[in-house]
Amino acid sequence: MALALALVVTIITVVSLVLFAWHPWWFPISIAAEARAVDHQFAITFLITGVIFVLAQLGLAFLIWRNRDRGDARPAAYILGNSKLEASWTLLAAVIFLGLSFMGYRLWATTQFTGAAPGALKIEVWGEQYAWHFHYPGPDGRFGATRVELIDDTSGNELGLDRKNDPDAKDDIVTDELAVPVNHPVELILRSKDVTHSLFIRELRFKQDLVPGMEIPVHFTATRLGDYEIACAELCGMGHFGMRSVLHVMTEEDYQKWLTAQTTGQ
Amino acid sequence: MAETSAAVAHTSAARKSFIRRYVFSTDHKVIGIQYYFLALFSVLVGVVLSVLMRIHLVWPGTEIPLLGKILPQGAPGGVISPEYYLSLLTIHGTLMVFFVLTVAGQSGFGNFILPLQIGAEDMAFPRLNMLSFWLTFAGLIALLAPFFVGDGPPISGWTAYPPLSAIGKAAGAGQDLWVVSIALFCVASMLGALNFITTVLDLRTRGLSLMRLPLTVWAWFITAVLALLSFAVLLAAGVLLLLDRVGGTSFFVPGGLIVGGQILDFHGGSPLLWQHLFWFFGHPEVYIVILPVMGIISHVVATFSRKPIFGYRPMVYALLAIGFLGFCVWGHHMFVSGMSPYSGFAFGVLTMAIAVPSSIKTFNWLGTLWGGKLRFTTAMLFALAFVSVFVTGGLSGIFLGQPPLDAYLHDTYFVVAHFHMIMGVAAIFGIFVGTYFWFPKMFGRMLNPTLGAIHFWLTFLGVYAIFIPMHFVGLAGTPRRYAFFSAFDFMAPLAGLERFISIAAFVTAAAQLFFLANLFWSLFWGPRASENPWQATSLEWTLPSPPPPDNFGARHPVVRHGPYELSVPGAAKDYIMQDSTEEVRVGS
Repeated sequence: MALALALVVTIITVVSLVLFAWHPWWFPISIAAEARAVDHQFAITFLITGVIFVLAQLGLAFLIWRNRDRGDARPAAYILGNSKLEASWTLLAAVIFLGLSFMGYRLWATTQFTGAAPGALKIEVWGEQYAWHFHYPGPDGRFGATRVELIDDTSGNELGLDRKNDPDAKDDIVTDELAVPVNHPVELILRSKDVTHSLFIRELRFKQDLVPGMEIPVHFTATRLGDYEIACAELCGMGHFGMRSVLHVMTEEDYQKWLTAQTTGQ
Repeated sequence: MAETSAAVAHTSAARKSFIRRYVFSTDHKVIGIQYYFLALFSVLVGVVLSVLMRIHLVWPGTEIPLLGKILPQGAPGGVISPEYYLSLLTIHGTLMVFFVLTVAGQSGFGNFILPLQIGAEDMAFPRLNMLSFWLTFAGLIALLAPFFVGDGPPISGWTAYPPLSAIGKAAGAGQDLWVVSIALFCVASMLGALNFITTVLDLRTRGLSLMRLPLTVWAWFITAVLALLSFAVLLAAGVLLLLDRVGGTSFFVPGGLIVGGQILDFHGGSPLLWQHLFWFFGHPEVYIVILPVMGIISHVVATFSRKPIFGYRPMVYALLAIGFLGFCVWGHHMFVSGMSPYSGFAFGVLTMAIAVPSSIKTFNWLGTLWGGKLRFTTAMLFALAFVSVFVTGGLSGIFLGQPPLDAYLHDTYFVVAHFHMIMGVAAIFGIFVGTYFWFPKMFGRMLNPTLGAIHFWLTFLGVYAIFIPMHFVGLAGTPRRYAFFSAFDFMAPLAGLERFISIAAFVTAAAQLFFLANLFWSLFWGPRASENPWQATSLEWTLPSPPPPDNFGARHPVVRHGPYELSVPGAAKDYIMQDSTEEVRVGS
């Protein structure tokens, strides 16, 4: 039994290791400097936890095999503990785990403790049960106010803009997909109409809840052209699984064209 | 002398009616067994729900025979609707976390074993104990009732985040019953916790100083303190949520929300308030689940290594540290919730700090094996497997505890894999350990080791086959709580992997039939258990199996030894019972 268990633990370890090294399923590409920094932190964490995983599992397998009851007269060793060993592995664990935590600090600080770069393109992101709306301020750079009583999904005024009386709202654009110019800082202001949603863009390594009653700013600069799926990551009801949109990262030129096309569509 | 008083107690117990002895019993042993079977029933329902979910996920639209008859509203024609998928996951999570993992290790084994291990006649408050059980039972009924009455179980997950849970017209009465169920469970757990704390502090027999307590007792004691402090908060949160749902208040729902084109009549509440209250309970809850299991593992690993536990005091301090830090890390569930990122960073550091005492425990388990003389009973097999899955599940936590990494992994299947490994599998393994170890004491019969071994191998391989691949689903970015994987292009390449996970889950679930067969067969026909079949040291093994209703009777055991005096040089046998009068020089 000892040999079997030691072998199985070893096999599980090797198979896991091979799977993670080979990783036929993995992260998608990263499309921002911050996302690549996240990948770097991932890699370091993978390396450290991988080494601990292998050492601990193989150590367990070895101890199981080595210390099996061989049916001889040898008594078990009478060991009550070892303060020096306790102190060293406590210290070691503290250094490794807290070290990792502080290494992640700068990464978290650059995205979270500072606002968007000046000149960032501002877009409001609205979540509602099973749909996304992206609110561009238009040429005047000012968002029209949302008036709850004007919200009417059937007439297409999903965000309750008062286009007649509110000068800020006149040139506003509301879309159901998100387009941004490449290499341009973007600030999203996240809001929800009903329940809590979460904006998840995998290629940005990024997720942030949209909480009703709160306006939560986030920022990023996408550095790679392409179309990337946007998912909702916070259970929001029956249609949660289908709350999908797309992020289009475009050249400045294409973005301007797209914007014009949206304006004429309004 | 001992026999006479036992006989007297036996006759007095016999005078009680069947109902007072086995149903509304105040005997901690009967209550422990009641809790154990409540958890067993709940885990069977929970596993069936998870199998239904995995069928639906990989073969949506499958007609499941009989299901249409049992659940006509949620699965018309036997096909699970997306809404009902959410109901299944809500009840699966709630059942498993509360009525299985919280109940089995603490209330089940704790009730049966703790008074025996400290040489007490019963818990400090036997009637309160009975009340705790029956409140838990009522909670279970309230949780499961919506399957059969009203408009179905709630869909907001076991975390029940408002506004979804507060305005959920779709699952109206089901959500109310969910809150009632949780509130009953909270009251029961707090009463139980008071009972455990008082019992450990007041009813220890002579000579049983704190540093002579088996680590199981330490774990149950610290868990009780955690339960008392955290369930109180969840109870308050639950009452507020219920008021928001039925009382017209707005604790958790802000104004100006629009659902289905209608402006809701709420003003000024905060969805984050619920999250803080819920996780202030919810994170200690993880330790309420795992600490008793850690106690059981320590106890069993020492017993079957035939060695004292390595570092008894560090093990106690690590339990205390985990218990304390467990109250300081709830915010790591909220890194992307909209909470201040500065708080997020602080919670991240504290979360990493809790990995330290967890590592101490692992090192000490390995240290206990070192130089041991390992006996591979079924309990020991599961205990060793526990160490393996605890390491695996713990290490994925190192990713999630870092806010920038969690921003990607949060609410993906990586989290699902993580908490199932550390909180589901590790805890269930601990409960299996407790079962295989204490079954002889609880029921007076031995479990079958061959069936036990089959159960062990299938389960151990099965859980790794389920949950290692699931990490990849999460790394690829699949969010949890999706009823279908068909709406997103990026999920298509994962379909094969998802099917593999489902099949591994079905096989592992089916393997539990070996456990059930073993349990029920042995209950009636297993070989009779002797007083101390494992040659263990703690006081429960000085009693007959099963113990008489009044435990030690008029005999008050006097403890002269520590809990893990195994293979002491110069001793007559390789174990010294805690109440042994054998004089041996013990110490390092």
